[in-house]
Amino acid sequence: MKILLNNRSEEFAGESISVNDMLVQKKFSYKMRIIKINGILISKDKYNTTFIHHGDDVQMLYLMSGG
Amino acid sequence: MRFSEIKAHLSEFRVGIAGAGGLGSNCAVALARSGVGTLVIADYDVIEEANLNRQYYFTDQIGMNKTIALKENISRINPDTIVIIHQKKLDRGNIAQIFTGCDIIVEAFDSSSMKEMLIETVQVEIPGIPVVVGSGMAGWGKTNDLRYRKIDDTLHICGDESTEVSDNLPPFAPRVAIVANMQANVVIELLMNKNDR
Repeated sequence: MKILLNNRSEEFAGESISVNDMLVQKKFSYKMRIIKINGILISKDKYNTTFIHHGDDVQMLYLMSGG
Repeated sequence: MRFSEIKAHLSEFRVGIAGAGGLGSNCAVALARSGVGTLVIADYDVIEEANLNRQYYFTDQIGMNKTIALKENISRINPDTIVIIHQKKLDRGNIAQIFTGCDIIVEAFDSSSMKEMLIETVQVEIPGIPVVVGSGMAGWGKTNDLRYRKIDDTLHICGDESTEVSDNLPPFAPRVAIVANMQANVVIELLMNKNDR
């Protein structure tokens, strides 16, 4: 399946993938982040139960300390 | 458009500032200079000497509450801007109450977990209010790495999204104030595209 991840096309095996598995597969280890799927914010406690499907628009934002 | 017309338009709006440190103090001052009508500023902290390397305060304000000092400084720059202050630590329980009625919220915290908490809370509890986030501004140089990115109508990011402050990469006035002013610039752009209230 193909998704958009921060406006770039990415391919994953299967028909869907959990947010958590996507993070593991892409080796995104930095913890402080915001994830939105098709404009809907996904809170951290739902990373295991929320699935990304073909054609979804996934946006990820890293939050760095400093201000 | 003349500045007097721009100022008259911006005077109609209310902007929330979550945090009155390096990002919040500089962003608030830029918005007040531009003529934004009302600023709602929240922070619980007091001014320390170490803050003066980047925050919009003065040596004779050390020990003062940041919100009180910032209100005073803004009144000396543009007394027409109304400044509402909340001297408290923001959390999931009070953010919606404090910032309801704001047209835009500026995320101006230091810690990444507070940034995450604010964005999550606003997007879930008061959805539709745009948040302008500062992420990545540690150290010096790398001027072209500081950029703006719009995720959607309610989420706007300023910063390099990669540098994190640490003992060996402290925050400095130029990069922090550049990002604070980028945030102010995004706020003004969004407000200029809105109709009068």
